Amino acid sequence: MVSDQEILKVTDLYKKFPITKGALLKKEVGSVNAVNGINLTLNESETLGLVGESGCGKSTAGRAILRLLEPTSGKVEFEGTDITTLSRGEMVPMRSRMQMIFQDPFSSLNPRHTVGSIIGAPYEVQGIKPAGGVKNAVRETMERVGLNPEHFNRYPNEFSGGQRQRIGIARAVTLRPKFIVCDEPVSALDVSIQAQVINLLQDLQDEFGIAYLFVAHDLSVVRQISDRVAVMYLGHIVEQASRDDLYTHPYHPYTHALLSAVPVPDPKVEAQRERIVLRGDLPSPINLPSGCVFSTRCWQAQDKCHTDVPELQDMGNGHKVACHFPIMEFLGNSLIIGPDSGMTEQPDRVVPPPSEVLQSLQGGRATRPKGIDYAEGEEPI
Amino acid sequence: MTFLSVSDLQVSFSTEDGTVKAVDGVSFNVERGKTLAIVGESGSGKSVTSQAIMALHTGRGTTVTGRIELDGIDIVTASEEKLRSMRGNEMAMIFQDPFSSLHPFYKIGSQLAEAVHAHHKVSKKEAKAEALRMLNKVGISNPEQRLEDYPHQLSGGMRQRVMIAMALINGPELLIADEPTTALDVTVQAQILELLAELQAEFNTAIILITHDLGIVADMADEIVVMYGGRIVEKAGLHDLFYKPQMPYTVGLLSSVPRLDSAGNRLLSIGGQPPSLINLPTGCVFNPRCAAKNPEIAPRCESERPDLREVGENQFVRCHLDDEQREKFATTRLEEVFGGE
Ligand SMILES: Nc1ncnc2c1ncn2[C@@H]1O[C@H](COP(=O)(O)OP(=O)(O)OP(=O)(O)O)[C@@H](O)[C@H]1O
Ligand SMILES: Nc1ncnc2c1ncn2[C@@H]1O[C@H](COP(=O)(O)OP(=O)(O)OP(=O)(O)O)[C@@H](O)[C@H]1O
Ligand code: SF4
Ligand code: SF4
Ligand SMILES: [Mg+2]
Ligand SMILES: [Mg+2]
Repeated sequence: MVSDQEILKVTDLYKKFPITKGALLKKEVGSVNAVNGINLTLNESETLGLVGESGCGKSTAGRAILRLLEPTSGKVEFEGTDITTLSRGEMVPMRSRMQMIFQDPFSSLNPRHTVGSIIGAPYEVQGIKPAGGVKNAVRETMERVGLNPEHFNRYPNEFSGGQRQRIGIARAVTLRPKFIVCDEPVSALDVSIQAQVINLLQDLQDEFGIAYLFVAHDLSVVRQISDRVAVMYLGHIVEQASRDDLYTHPYHPYTHALLSAVPVPDPKVEAQRERIVLRGDLPSPINLPSGCVFSTRCWQAQDKCHTDVPELQDMGNGHKVACHFPIMEFLGNSLIIGPDSGMTEQPDRVVPPPSEVLQSLQGGRATRPKGIDYAEGEEPI
Repeated sequence: MTFLSVSDLQVSFSTEDGTVKAVDGVSFNVERGKTLAIVGESGSGKSVTSQAIMALHTGRGTTVTGRIELDGIDIVTASEEKLRSMRGNEMAMIFQDPFSSLHPFYKIGSQLAEAVHAHHKVSKKEAKAEALRMLNKVGISNPEQRLEDYPHQLSGGMRQRVMIAMALINGPELLIADEPTTALDVTVQAQILELLAELQAEFNTAIILITHDLGIVADMADEIVVMYGGRIVEKAGLHDLFYKPQMPYTVGLLSSVPRLDSAGNRLLSIGGQPPSLINLPTGCVFNPRCAAKNPEIAPRCESERPDLREVGENQFVRCHLDDEQREKFATTRLEEVFGGE
């Protein structure tokens, strides 16, 4: 259950990476605008899914929120304290309450340390002595995440990908944090192990009231685990809503494009479906487009889109979208666009209505498996 | 003549704990212009199999036996010189781990240009132009600027796309793509898959695609091999595998895919742990986790290794159950998960 206790509030967060030229005298010649003023909040026991194009700044946002990267500007309030103003020393105790699970189970664990010392490291860093000793506490955590405590002295390379991801999770939950940034925690895992890890994360959330910022590409996984979902594009949050609102009634054209591209594990659906293929100039975080960040590729962009930045507006029920012409409804193959669209022509491409796409996604397959003939009386109910 | 034929491939590693039989008796063919997908559990030997085709198992204590023939050339016995001229040219691989496969100290521009230089006599300028062209193709914005970046300055998905550009840059005849899109969002992923399909159409490339995303398999594959515990447990054409899965493990795999309508509920997963490759279970390697094993068949499952046998046109399965029992298990399980009509 999501509590109504707000635990994290991020306001106007920016992160720029300078681009320098010259070997010795580094001259700043520009910057990569990785995160451009994002706002978000998270309650206790809540999961906010973060999705978006590769390179749009999700990992950077996650790291900047934890101050693993220094934000360029903006506020990050965690349990009421703006952590961007804390000194290095003051950050140390904070670290026990906010953690990160990394994408890559292959390179994020030190191969020279035993699993026990990896999972127990946070105690040492924090100078915390758990009752009953570190070793016992670590064994307990290992058990909790489904690792065999007997494997305390083994090294990471002796574990499979899924087990390594559990080691990463165990390390993150050792000190029972209140907030974890999960950066693609399951994308390197096969579906069956993916399922185990997602279930584990949900159980840990129920047990310890952890809030997750969950970065992932797999929209089915995000839907599975999130309470709310934020869609990022080029360093901006362009849409944010409760899980069900976002998946059943997306407003932003980019969200539509994303949903239309989800691969469906059904060959017949795959053979027939249409995707929204994004064309137009690839935008660059080095030279952000003027106006709407999506305008270089949006099929319904108007003049206004190239000049005016759309603000994130609430469409009701906390469903926010940053678009001048949010997609209101799909009727057959034609789009109904927001009231002041001024759009006279229909787009030249047929855009698949999301309901159809969603239907085909629901149940993972559109129809029951064909080609299996049931013997009489054997047909399952 | 078959373009790529792998027969009775065995790969083992000797480790402190004993011999790891990572791949045990794997055989399959891939024709030009076709895509074979390899799916299966983490640790089941998918990457090791594909690395053997690229002849990358050169470490001490590693034994590779069996035959691998690519366009008439025996890979297992070919000289290192010959292999070097083939790698990155006739055959190329997109590695699963983009973090360790790019050199951290070189700019990506020079790494890409080097890939061209290794196989073609071209000027610096031409190599750079080629690098630019490929970066564009994989959808990297500001490619000129990015040529000057070091790998750590790129996002995870950008690094993966640089890897892909590097594998495709010389138009390979055989492309092995090991989890090529795990770090990409779905729109970029769709673009990359489209690029692979274009390449395949243009050069008649044979593709071996390793992925855990069954949606991608449904989109791309002609034929599918399912691996478990170092061996092939099922092999079938695309439609047969999705609509008439035979092996209980395949059925389990198909039913643990997260679905949009199952949001918030627990996901089904195959219980238990993957087998230890040092101490494989006796009998069927899947038996400790198999939900289809009934009391009647159990003694056989636990003592006798099933053979891979043909159960339908071009469909092979490694399981003791008879046709009727397998089908019944598959149908009931999939109906349970996906519901009726
Ligand atoms: N250390 C760095 N130095 C310079 N630029 C960086 C650095 N880290 C990230 N960037 C840039 O910031 C932008 C956002 O990168 P980030 O890793 O946050 O993307 P992402 O959304 O996590 O993408 P992906 O889904 O591919 O992992 C990219 O343009 C990237 O090149
Ligand atoms: N150099 C090595 N030495 C010892 N064992 C190895 C070596 N390389 C691979 N293995 C083992 O061989 C088995 C098969 O590994 P492989 O990488 O092929 O799995 P995979 O099917 O690709 O799994 P994943 O989906 O996680 O990538 C694993 O148990 C792995 O630990
Ligand atoms: S503001 Fe204009 S360009 Fe941006 S998403 Fe909306 S319609 Fe497209
Ligand atoms: S042989 Fe037995 S244990 Fe193995 S998959 Fe078939 S039923 Fe299951
Ligand atoms: Mg990232
Ligand atoms: Mg692998």
